[in-house]
Amino acid sequence: MSSKNDSIEMSVPAKAEYIGILRLTASGIANRVGYSYDVIEDIKVSMAEACTNVVDHAYKDGSGDIKVKFDLCNDYLQIQVSDEGTEKKTLAKSNGPVDANKPIEELQEGGLGLFLIETLMDEVEITQDNGVTITMKKFVQRDEVAQGADGVETTANN
Amino acid sequence: MKLDLRTEDMKAANAKKLYVAGEIDAYTAPQLKEALSQLTSRDQGITVVDLEGVDYIDSTGLGIFVGALKDTHSHEGQFKIVSLNSRVKRLFSITGLDEVMDIDEKEGANQ
Repeated sequence: MSSKNDSIEMSVPAKAEYIGILRLTASGIANRVGYSYDVIEDIKVSMAEACTNVVDHAYKDGSGDIKVKFDLCNDYLQIQVSDEGTEKKTLAKSNGPVDANKPIEELQEGGLGLFLIETLMDEVEITQDNGVTITMKKFVQRDEVAQGADGVETTANN
Repeated sequence: MKLDLRTEDMKAANAKKLYVAGEIDAYTAPQLKEALSQLTSRDQGITVVDLEGVDYIDSTGLGIFVGALKDTHSHEGQFKIVSLNSRVKRLFSITGLDEVMDIDEKEGANQ
């Protein structure tokens, strides 16, 4: 891959209708890095979860931006999603997986987002300063890249 | 990018099937929630959701289905999700929701 240590930054209004755009961007960049189809889907979901968190929790008055920074490095892609919300508690707590032994009426409808990010990405760090920043990394598995590039053929030498 | 939603009566009494197509995320989820609540709020109603046309879902959508399950439960009805693709099914599995919901990856019977 030629692009090493490249950065891409974006800022969009913290509104639900723009999450799809960031998801597509993440998908395009992950595709550029060369991840397999499944990993690209994982990155898309993680991206959307981080952005949904900003939309739902960061700005009480509804106006503000989602800031995103992609760092394309040799062996990983790092995505930072941050807001400038000043609300003290802006983070949904990680809540998952669902406990099948609980009565249905006690199941929670929220909180699965952070759990999904932590499950689907390799490294996740959450920092809170003026706003919240979620930093997530996905490492590149070299054999996976080769497989992704070849499609699904694994027995080509037969 | 709105969801494509269509409700059909099924053969069984009080059974309705909701066909969903598109991407279920924070933007489209309210649309799904509204369509679903009309079905799950029926007393002893059977609600089947067909996700064959859905190629993307995240926690917002999963949360809507948890809400639908609870609503159905409180109305003594039944709730089932059918025809999920492997990607969508995977998120139900990771979150453990496949343990609490009736999920059938194949096409639902009683068409």
